[in-house]
Amino acid sequence: MKPLHIALSALLPLFALFAKANAKTIVVCADCNYCMPGDAVAVAEAGDTILIKPGTYYETNIEVDKALTIIGENFPVIDGQMLDHIITVTADSVSIQGLQVQNVGLSFIEDRAAIRLSKVSHFEIVNNKIFNAFFAIYAANSSYGIIKGNEVHGQAVEEMTSGNAIHAWYCTHLDIEGNEVYGHRDGIYLEFVHKSRIFGNKSHNNLRYGLHFMFSNDDQYYGNTFRNNGAGVAVMFSKRILMHDNLFINNWGRSSYGLLLKEINDAEIFHNIFDTNTLGIFIEGSNRITYRENDFLRNGWAIKMHGGCTDNHFSQNNFLQNTFDMAAEAQGVDNSYDENHWSEYTGYDLDKDGLGDVPFRPVKLFSYLVNQTPESIVLLRSPFVGLLNFSEKASPIFTPTNLMDHTPLMKPFSWDKKIQ
Amino acid sequence: MNKILKYSLYDLVRSRWMFFYFGFFLLFTLGLFWLSPDISKVAISMMNIILILVPLIATMFGLMYFYNSREFTELLLAQPIPRQHIFLGQYLGVAGSLSLSFLLGMGIPFLFYGLATSSDVGLFLTLLVSGVLLSFIFSGISFYIALKNDNRIRGFGLAILVWLLLAVAYDGFLLLGLAHFSDYPLEKYALGASLFNPIDLSRILILLKLDIAALMGFTGAVFKKFLGSNLGMIVSLIVLLFWVLLPLWSIRRASLRKDF
Repeated sequence: MKPLHIALSALLPLFALFAKANAKTIVVCADCNYCMPGDAVAVAEAGDTILIKPGTYYETNIEVDKALTIIGENFPVIDGQMLDHIITVTADSVSIQGLQVQNVGLSFIEDRAAIRLSKVSHFEIVNNKIFNAFFAIYAANSSYGIIKGNEVHGQAVEEMTSGNAIHAWYCTHLDIEGNEVYGHRDGIYLEFVHKSRIFGNKSHNNLRYGLHFMFSNDDQYYGNTFRNNGAGVAVMFSKRILMHDNLFINNWGRSSYGLLLKEINDAEIFHNIFDTNTLGIFIEGSNRITYRENDFLRNGWAIKMHGGCTDNHFSQNNFLQNTFDMAAEAQGVDNSYDENHWSEYTGYDLDKDGLGDVPFRPVKLFSYLVNQTPESIVLLRSPFVGLLNFSEKASPIFTPTNLMDHTPLMKPFSWDKKIQ
Repeated sequence: MNKILKYSLYDLVRSRWMFFYFGFFLLFTLGLFWLSPDISKVAISMMNIILILVPLIATMFGLMYFYNSREFTELLLAQPIPRQHIFLGQYLGVAGSLSLSFLLGMGIPFLFYGLATSSDVGLFLTLLVSGVLLSFIFSGISFYIALKNDNRIRGFGLAILVWLLLAVAYDGFLLLGLAHFSDYPLEKYALGASLFNPIDLSRILILLKLDIAALMGFTGAVFKKFLGSNLGMIVSLIVLLFWVLLPLWSIRRASLRKDF
């Protein structure tokens, strides 16, 4: 037995070499043997590489059903002429790189996509350009995939008739990294997606959300920039999400916010910058969340908290020049707001320990009134309101008496900013 | 009337107070631009000044001018000039010189910083127009009060009361009303109620031109839909002009009936 075993293991690299030699590269161009990517895919065998030369190929419904590496040279264009799906991947270990896939038509019956991944694992969608697609990259029931460095640009006009740039449904272990997505309904949409990482992406000018989680657990997103979206990030009905080092900027409009938390449990939010959003974080029904070392700059409301939030802990955050720092109806159960820096704070620090000696109440009377009667916002910036806030600050009667920072920081807390 | 307007205007333009007023606006606006490059912040600070100080100073100045030039007015009354011309001429002189100081004081920095050609020109026009209209409105009100009250103390007291009512207390009553009826849809009530106060109306017209309008949510959307339309612009201008014309008409009426 033993010699045979040794002989076999000696032969194994040879087999591998043989297999490697057997893997061929199929070139696609206008005057080649294969003038359409679909023809090449049909004759290729698992492990082959398909090299697509520059040119424009009008083709839809290319089904990649074996493990192929498809490489585009100088971004060859595969144009769907607004008809149907363009590339559908149904085999594991497929890699698609350097293509420009464009023009996927709108459908109300199916979710048409430029690149669709269905029940596959270990896929790589890298450095592609996808323009004017209904859905751009659509992953369903897939796992262990990398979606990296793609540029996705849609022409969405309204939510009802537009799709998402990167859409994942029932997936696990995805890495969505360094993509730039704009002009779609949602930049990145995740539904039932677990244990995945979303990092280094730029999501801007999308109609609805820059990044959208639904029913997704144990994910993390970091180092992303969300700019000028209908709303920056919406995290809904998800557990154990880690959110750090993101920039939420200019998500400004009547119903916009930087970050929406709805029914979120056990999340951690740190080292983020919320700059010039109508609402920095809008929190609804979320429990056991820590917010630490974030900067809230120039927002309309830095934090707006609606009912049913317990165990939310804010510490070492900087609240600078927001119109309202906080809107909340009551303190809630076990929420704490200690050791933050508030630019509105006017107290003093006699013992010089860096903590103010007078507690700070972040909910202003006017903010409270606006919560009770939204129409009273017509008095925004009225001199009367200034007077009212001042007298309430001197002797609080209406504002939630126990919602306060007992030990406000005198100076902004400085933390290591990885993003600018 | 033109002659009286001309004399009172000359008289006022040369007065120290007008230079102070002009200098204050000039320095204040330049200072703001110097401190902050953020135009919307500058606009909000200027809005606060326009809404509080312009009405107050117009009120006080109108009263002071009327009471101080009483002897000259009596001299004029002895001449063959229609009464209403005397008072209207003086009123227009006061309101005109106040507006002139305000316009120059705020307008020169605007031109200096090249905003006349920028995209914010609508915002600054709104600021300037509301400042001028508020000057006219409040100097008119003060003239009427002065005409009705020969007792200066009483006149000043009443004028300050009116200013306080419109600048501060009105918002308090509005807020009380809103809080009391908060179970009902109140956008239209809020819209209507703020139309009736020139200071509130100016504030909302200015705010709607700023980014901060997004904070006003649904109510703001209702306002914008109305005030942003041509009809809304016309209605709000008519309301402001009505506020100018109401004291004017009252001045004319009171001056014709008054026994000097």
